[in-house]
Amino acid sequence: MPRAPWALMVAGFRRYATYRQATVAGIFTNSVFGFLRCYVLLAVAAGGTVAGYSGPQLATYVWLGQGMLAVVNSWTMLDLAERVRSGDIVADLLRPMDPLWTYLWTDLGRAGFSLLTRFSVPMVVGAVAFGLYLPTHAVTYVLTAVSIVLAVIVGFACRYLVGLTAFWLLDIRGVSMFWSFASGAGSGLYFPLAILPDWLTAVLWWGTPFPSLLQAPLDVAVERGGDGHAVLVIGGQAAWAVALLFACRIVQARAVARLVVQGG
Amino acid sequence: MASVLGVYAKVVRAQIRSQTQYRLSFAFEVFGSVIINGLDLATVFVLFSVAGSLGGFAGPEVFLIAALSAFAFSAADLVVGNADKLRDYVRTGLFDTLLLRPLSALWQLLAVNFAPRRAGRAIQGGIIYAIALVVADIGWDVPRIVLAVVAPIAGAVFFGSLFVAGATVAFWWVESGEVANAFTYGGNDFTLYPSTMFGDWFRTVFGSVLGFSFVAYLPTLALIGRSDPLGTPDWLRWCSPVTALIAAVVARAFWRLGVRHYRSTGS
Amino acid sequence: MIISADGLRKDFTVSRKAGRFRRERHVVSAVDGVDLRVEAGELLGYIGPNGAGKSTTLKMLTGVLTPSAGTVRVCGLEPVASRTTLARRIGVVFGQRSQLWWDLPLAESFELLRHIYRVPAGDHATRLARCTSLLGLDEFARTPVRQLSLGQRMRGELTAALLHGPEVLFLDEPTIGLDVLSKQAVRTFLAELDARGDTTVVLTTHDLADIEKLCKRLVVIDHGRVVHDGGLDELHARYGSRRTLVADLDAPWPEGLVVPGASVVSVENRRVTLELDGVAAGEVIAALAKAVPLVDLSVREPQIEDVIARLYRGER
Repeated sequence: MPRAPWALMVAGFRRYATYRQATVAGIFTNSVFGFLRCYVLLAVAAGGTVAGYSGPQLATYVWLGQGMLAVVNSWTMLDLAERVRSGDIVADLLRPMDPLWTYLWTDLGRAGFSLLTRFSVPMVVGAVAFGLYLPTHAVTYVLTAVSIVLAVIVGFACRYLVGLTAFWLLDIRGVSMFWSFASGAGSGLYFPLAILPDWLTAVLWWGTPFPSLLQAPLDVAVERGGDGHAVLVIGGQAAWAVALLFACRIVQARAVARLVVQGG
Repeated sequence: MASVLGVYAKVVRAQIRSQTQYRLSFAFEVFGSVIINGLDLATVFVLFSVAGSLGGFAGPEVFLIAALSAFAFSAADLVVGNADKLRDYVRTGLFDTLLLRPLSALWQLLAVNFAPRRAGRAIQGGIIYAIALVVADIGWDVPRIVLAVVAPIAGAVFFGSLFVAGATVAFWWVESGEVANAFTYGGNDFTLYPSTMFGDWFRTVFGSVLGFSFVAYLPTLALIGRSDPLGTPDWLRWCSPVTALIAAVVARAFWRLGVRHYRSTGS
Repeated sequence: MIISADGLRKDFTVSRKAGRFRRERHVVSAVDGVDLRVEAGELLGYIGPNGAGKSTTLKMLTGVLTPSAGTVRVCGLEPVASRTTLARRIGVVFGQRSQLWWDLPLAESFELLRHIYRVPAGDHATRLARCTSLLGLDEFARTPVRQLSLGQRMRGELTAALLHGPEVLFLDEPTIGLDVLSKQAVRTFLAELDARGDTTVVLTTHDLADIEKLCKRLVVIDHGRVVHDGGLDELHARYGSRRTLVADLDAPWPEGLVVPGASVVSVENRRVTLELDGVAAGEVIAALAKAVPLVDLSVREPQIEDVIARLYRGER
C-alpha cells in the first residue's frame, strides 16, 4: 500500500488508541444500550417476528448495530469544522495531499481501532447474554466485512460534507444536529427500517445514504433476502460512497474559492 | 436570594444573546431539537404499532408513560443539560475562572452554558404530556391531580441530578463522558417503556436500584389506577418525589466532593 | 498585612509509567515552604523560572487550590474556606484564561460583571471611565471579545478585574505574548494604579522589563522556594552586579595596564570594557584619563537579565 495513506491510517489508529478511558467507557455504554434495545425489540416480537426478523436475528441486529456505532461514528463530527472556524484549515490546504484524502485515511485508521475494541467486546457481551443469529453461509462474513468498510466510507463522506458547511455557516451546530438526527433515524439505529411503510423505506433506501450507514451491513449480516439481496445492498452502498466523495470534492473546491478565514 | 437569582437570570440572558448571534444556525437547532424529541416518542409508537401492545399495556397507557418520560427528560435537559461541559472546563483549566467569582461554581456552569434551543423540546414535551393525560382516561381525584403535576417535576429533578452526577465524574476522569451517557440517555430509554418489557436482573438494577421506574412507569400506574404486575407495593407508586429528592441530595454531595478534589489536586 | 503566608506548601502526586504495566508514583513539591508578607498598597513582583511554583502559589492565594500544608490569609480571610467572600475583594487576571464572555462585546461583559459582583452603578461607571481613558478601550469596547487582538483582550481583562474595586489584584503573566505598544499601555496602567496606592498588586511575570519598570519589591522563587525577597538594588548588591565602563581610546590599550578599582573585561581594537569593583566611577575615570588618551566614555548599569539568569542557574 502506498506509504502516505498507510501512515495516515496508522496515525489515526494510534491516536484513538490513546483514548483508553473513552474506549472503555464507550464499550460500557454500547453494552448498556445493547441490553435496552434488545429487550425492547424482543418484547415487541414476543416470540414471533418483527417485520420478517426472527428473535435471534433481532438480537444480532441490535448488538451488531451497537458494535458498529463507534466504527461508523457518524454522530461525531470531524475536526474539519473547528479547523475552519479557527483558521487552521489553511495549513491543511497547503499540504501536497488533498485534505479529503488525509481525513479519509485517518478516519479509516480510527475505524480500524474501533473495530478491534468497541465492536468486538459488545458483540461478545451480546452473544453471551442473548442468543445471536449466526450466518449460515461463509460468504456472508466476507460480504458483511465489505459492507462495513463501505458504511465507514459513506459515513465519512457525509460528515465531511457537514464539516464543509462550516465555510459558509461558521457555526455548524444546527446542521450537525440535523445530520445526527437524520442519520440516526434513517439508518435503522432505533428500529429496523422494514417496519416503516413501504413507500418510506423505498425513499430512504433509494434517495438517501442513511441506510447504507447501518441498516445495510446489518441486513447483510442476518442474511436477509439471501445472497442476491446482499450484493444489491452492497452495490447501493458503493454507489453512494462514490457519489458522496465526488460531491465532497466539488463542494470543497467551491469552499476554498470562497475562503474567508475567521479568527485573525 | 432574589438578587442572586437576578444575577443568574442576567447571565442566562447574556448567554441567549450570544447564541442567537448565529441566527441561521440557531433556527436550525431549534427546529432540529423539536424533531429529535419527537423521534424518541415516534419510536415508541412505531414499535407499539407492530405489536398492538407493549409490555402488557394498551395504547393510551404506553403513550402516557412515554410522554411523561420525554417531558421530564427535556425539562431536565433544558436546565441542567449542559452540565457535561464541565469536562471541557476542567480540561482547559477554565473551571478556575468559575472559582474566582463570588458565585456557586455549579450554577455558573449551568447558566453560562444555558442552551435556549432546548426550550422548544421542553415546551413540546409539556404539550404532548398534557394530551397524553387527557387520552389516558384517568379517574381524576385530588391526589391524582397533584401527582400529575408533581411527577414531571420529580422526573426532571431526577434526571437533572443524574446529569450533574455524571458530569461530576469529570473531576476525576476527564474523558468519562460516555459512561455517564449510559445512565442518562440509557436511563431515558428505559423510562420511555413499561418496565415490564425488560428482563429480570436488568430491570432490577435500572428500575429499582437506580430508581428509573419511579420516573414514569410507577406514577403512570398510580394515575391510571393499576397495580404493578411485577409486584411493587401500591403505595410505592406515589413515591417519585421522594426518589427525586434523594437523587438531588446525593448529586449535590457528590458535586461538592468533586470540587474539593479538584481544588486539592489542581488542573 | 493584607497577604500573609507561612510555610505554604503544595505537593502533587505524579505517576509515571515504569515498564509496561507498573506505574511509579512520587510526590513533587511544587511549592515547598513559602513565607510571604505583603502590606496593603504594595506592588510585588513574583518571579521565577518555568515550573518554579509561581502559578501554584497564586492559585493558593486566590482559593482555587488547597494548600498541602501551611497557613495563608488574604484580606484577613482564608482563601479556600471563604472563597466567595474573598472573591468579591480580589481581582484576578490569568494570562491564558479569559474571564470575559467570548461571543459578546466587551462592554456587555463589563455590565454582566457589574451584576455578578453587585457593584453600585456609580462606582462602576467611574472605574470604567478611568480604565477606558487610561487603556484606550473606546475603540474596541463594542467588539465581540473573540475578535479582539491579544493586547486588546488583556486590556479588557485588566479592566474587568478592577471594576468591583478589589483590594488586591493578582496578575499571572499579564504581558505575555503582547506587542510592544500593549505592554507599554499595561505597564503605564499598573504604574498609575500603584501610584494611587489603594490597590495591592501581586504580579508574576517572566518579562524582566516589567520588573524593572514596576516592581520596587521582588520575590524570586525557584523550585518552590523563595530565594530572594527584597528590592531590585538589593538583588544587584547580593549577586554582585557591577557597573561597566566602556571607553573609546585614541591609541591601543597598553598591555598589562592595571586600573585600581576596575578589571578589564574585553579589549576590542580601541574600545575597552571595564567592570567596576564597587568603587565610584569618578575615581576610575580619573585614573584612566591619566593613563590613556580618552576619546569617549559611557557607564552601563547592571542588567537585570544577567542577575536573573545567574539566579536561575543557581550561582551566587
